[in-house]
Amino acid sequence: MTTPRFVTWDPAIAQTIIEDFKSKPGALLPLLHAIQERFSYIPEEAVGLIATALKQTRAEIHGVISFYHHFRTKQPGRHVVEVCRAEACQALGARRLEAYAKSMLGVDYHQTTADNNITLEPVYCLGNCSCGPSVRVGDEIYADVDTQRFDELVDNLKTDRLEVQ
Amino acid sequence: MTFCIHVPSDTTAKALGADRLTKLLAATANERKVDLSIKRNGTRALYWLEPLIEVETKQGRFGFGPVKEADIDSLFDAEFWRGDVVHPLALGLVEDIPYLKQQQRLTFARAGVIDPLSLADYQAKEGYRGLKNALAMDAQPLVDEIKASGLRGRGGAAFPTGIKWQTVLDAPAEQKYVVCNADEGDSGTFADRLVMECDPFMLIEGMTIAGLAVGATQGYIYLRSEYPLAFKTLHDAIAIAYENNLLGAGILGSDKHFDLEVRLGAGAYICGEETSLLESLEGKRGLVRAKPPLPAIVGLFGQPTVVNNVLSLAAVPFILDKGAKAYADYGMGRSLGTLPFQLAGNVKRGGLVELAFGPTLRELMFDFGGGTRNGRPLKAVQVGGPLGAYLPESQWDIPLDYEAFAKEGAVLGHGGVVMFDDSVDMSEQARFSMEFCVAESCGKCTPCRIGSTRGVEVIDRIRSGENVDGNMSLLSDLCETMVDGSLCAMGGMTPFPVQSAMKHFKDDFTKRATSTTNTEEI
Repeated sequence: MTTPRFVTWDPAIAQTIIEDFKSKPGALLPLLHAIQERFSYIPEEAVGLIATALKQTRAEIHGVISFYHHFRTKQPGRHVVEVCRAEACQALGARRLEAYAKSMLGVDYHQTTADNNITLEPVYCLGNCSCGPSVRVGDEIYADVDTQRFDELVDNLKTDRLEVQ
Repeated sequence: MTFCIHVPSDTTAKALGADRLTKLLAATANERKVDLSIKRNGTRALYWLEPLIEVETKQGRFGFGPVKEADIDSLFDAEFWRGDVVHPLALGLVEDIPYLKQQQRLTFARAGVIDPLSLADYQAKEGYRGLKNALAMDAQPLVDEIKASGLRGRGGAAFPTGIKWQTVLDAPAEQKYVVCNADEGDSGTFADRLVMECDPFMLIEGMTIAGLAVGATQGYIYLRSEYPLAFKTLHDAIAIAYENNLLGAGILGSDKHFDLEVRLGAGAYICGEETSLLESLEGKRGLVRAKPPLPAIVGLFGQPTVVNNVLSLAAVPFILDKGAKAYADYGMGRSLGTLPFQLAGNVKRGGLVELAFGPTLRELMFDFGGGTRNGRPLKAVQVGGPLGAYLPESQWDIPLDYEAFAKEGAVLGHGGVVMFDDSVDMSEQARFSMEFCVAESCGKCTPCRIGSTRGVEVIDRIRSGENVDGNMSLLSDLCETMVDGSLCAMGGMTPFPVQSAMKHFKDDFTKRATSTTNTEEI
């Protein structure tokens, strides 16, 4: 599996996804997930296409996108690194890890490193609460992440290796 | 001769390197010409021992853990595949590990034992016996069975499940729904995730039975997007259930019909609130609805809907298989059955502890948990997620029972227990509670939306030593307003951790006052 996970914006691909989902009951969330899964974010152009297909206004679609933390309207870096900041991880030093991650990457939450490699995001609980602090990169979750392990994780991402299971 | 070993595959085991370990074990076995069959089980959720490798023998399963990559050679040198061998990581029979042996695992009886996606494994361990019984029953006796079991909603509110089902059964409608709330957003909880990753057919079976009981033909599992592995496992398990005539039309040759689909949330904590969840499932912003009408009457797409937590639905197959009484025999008072507690945070032996209601928090944290991971004194414990109170030592002897906790102004919630050592600053924790509410409030009602922002500001002033007494009393007022005036538990319970921190750990709030308002030397 070496194909890139995301593709660049293409209205034809988006339209195919929309057609697949639009007649499901409560289609909007699964549809937005599918768009973001394909393009890594939900481009402005997609909002209009979705609104037309679902017979809703662009404002309604935008309202839903902006309500949910998971959906993004700007292209992220090559990797999204999510640091858990919930209580169980706090009890094991997550606050230190958060501060370290920000200073080491030189970004705040919701920002992307200058080399466009990493977007840093907060996350509230990954369900790995006995072995924190926890970090998620793509669909992989990492346990016991201290500052040293965070360095190793980031180093691995720098080599631009695609995550292969 | 082939030797069979099991390597766990849940999120935490993977996060601790179980996948890489599996590859290395296979490669080493190949090199050393040992005929190993490596199966992937879920996890026992004895997390301080993960990755916990189990070896199948005639006497039972022998455990080794926590296994690191560097341990592989010595494990092979010791011929670990024989099970009962001498090795520093040898744990003996897994079932005899006291942490596991002293539990009453009903819902989690199969977790870590079976391959999560093996229907044969599931059926060999009593799986789908409950559904077979249910298919032979009419709807009303089915609901009666759940009522008699005393099962109460495991999501946190502890509402009797049977009563909820009765309401939906009695509501006339063409289309009804069963919705599983798998938006397990509380920090310190992972029991739902374990069900979905380790024993997904149990949830599917429970939902199917719920559908039969209330006359619903469509089910949705609303799963949080922070659980990618649970999503994949459920997705695969549902496909297998369809292939085997356990979902869809004509279930197991009957005339019953039940369809099931997993839907992903999108990182909104509030969508764990049932009405917000329904809005989200309908493809809208997750704004909380005013109740009444109850979702049981006007639920998903305006139709009667059962909304149950994963653990409530997961308890159903056992009740239908073994009978209501077998379940109700566990527990105390009005809290019947078992609750899977989750030991998390700064704990030496973290993991899942399924127990009948009744033991004390102290027993759970020390006898099972072994105290803090770093050995420092335990200072506070938050039970029941981010909306649960922080409990000081004077409250650790409360029995784990819904009513006993409520009497102390605390909540058992979903059974999450997050432990903090003495380095924690409780004013910082209180600030976080408010900050979390700022981030996660749906914004519909003012006490929650604005109150939480004001709460952060007031706590910041207290923490900087500004007019501490005045601001403490302002914060108390604000908390009361939020508790009394909010539409749902988000704003209504966010003050619980704040108030408990102020009450029991006042020094953490006032300690800075001396530096700016007093001239005394500290």
